[in-house]
Amino acid sequence: MLYIPGNNPAMLLHGSVYGADSLLLDLEDAVALNQKDAARNLIKQMIKHVDYGKTEVCVRVNHLDTPFGMEDLKAIVPLQPDAIRYPKTESVEELQRLITLVEQIEDEHGLPHDKMTIHIMIETALGVQNVFDIAKYSKRVDAITIGGQDLTADMNIKSSKNSSGIDLARKMIVMAAKANRIDAIDTVYVDIDDEEGLKQETEFIRQIGFSGKAVINPRQIDPIHEIYTPSDDEIRKAYRVVKEFNKNKAKGIGVFAIDGKMVDAPVVTRARYVLELSGVDHENI
Amino acid sequence: MKLIKKAQAGSFESSDILILASPVEEGEGRDIQIESGVFMQYGETIEKLIHQVLDQFEVNDVQLQIHDKGAIEPVILARMETVMQRALEMQKGTMY
Repeated sequence: MLYIPGNNPAMLLHGSVYGADSLLLDLEDAVALNQKDAARNLIKQMIKHVDYGKTEVCVRVNHLDTPFGMEDLKAIVPLQPDAIRYPKTESVEELQRLITLVEQIEDEHGLPHDKMTIHIMIETALGVQNVFDIAKYSKRVDAITIGGQDLTADMNIKSSKNSSGIDLARKMIVMAAKANRIDAIDTVYVDIDDEEGLKQETEFIRQIGFSGKAVINPRQIDPIHEIYTPSDDEIRKAYRVVKEFNKNKAKGIGVFAIDGKMVDAPVVTRARYVLELSGVDHENI
Repeated sequence: MKLIKKAQAGSFESSDILILASPVEEGEGRDIQIESGVFMQYGETIEKLIHQVLDQFEVNDVQLQIHDKGAIEPVILARMETVMQRALEMQKGTMY
């Protein structure tokens, strides 16, 4: 998920060529306070005119407690990007307020309530504490993301290379997301020159269950894709698992073995996920 | 509508356009000066888009100084919309 500063025409224009799965057009932290109007108008026109192809388009709006949030919603919601990202969410009440306003705007424009989804950002200790309630509040929320920089500031801790201070928050956010079958997206890795550090962090967040990671520079996309893309060997094994499962299922057998290792429902679920990531049609094996 | 104050929007960055709008006396019309490296190819299109936004805001008397750095249609429309909202003091949700 590549962050694009909302007031930068060149980056908004070329954002989709770098191979990110998703573009995050930013009206919040990447835009100076005296350029919020300009960025809002620019993103609005770019969404109307630019074909971003299959790349998901998500717009990060400002919080409704700022003087900018409401105007952002009025400008962006009628355009129905794939998603809007709402920053610094701390409670169900805040989410409720956001969704009520979004749906009011959709009603005014005769738009459905089930097309554009909402990504919630957790960036404070209070938000982390309430994340389980926030994650289950609405079906419109299809991703929860962690804002590492703001969370570190809110917790008044020193940011470190291994981000150990936000370790618990990361794991709580993943659990809340997984419990509700939605995506968990990790925070950015700020040192764009440290590819090794980015890889280590990405390995870690993949291991604990994050579905992806936000990036601030296109150079960070490939190392993340490399880690998230299953190897040929993993794909072959997954294919074999699903194929054998389907064969055994037809015979009424739920648990079996491949190369001496037990295969049951969770193993099949993981294999299907690997095939899904690889773009392999696992429904008809 | 009559412009209330001078305003600007955009930048000299590549793919952007800088627009400066100044109020003029009523009846003076639209004085539009465009500087662009691609004026020969796209000057007419740029002018058309500028007039489109001026019509939308019903602004008939204005001086515009425009420095184009290769902006495409949505950028020109967005910057014009912003400069008009600022010059007419219609902009909302900003600290401008």
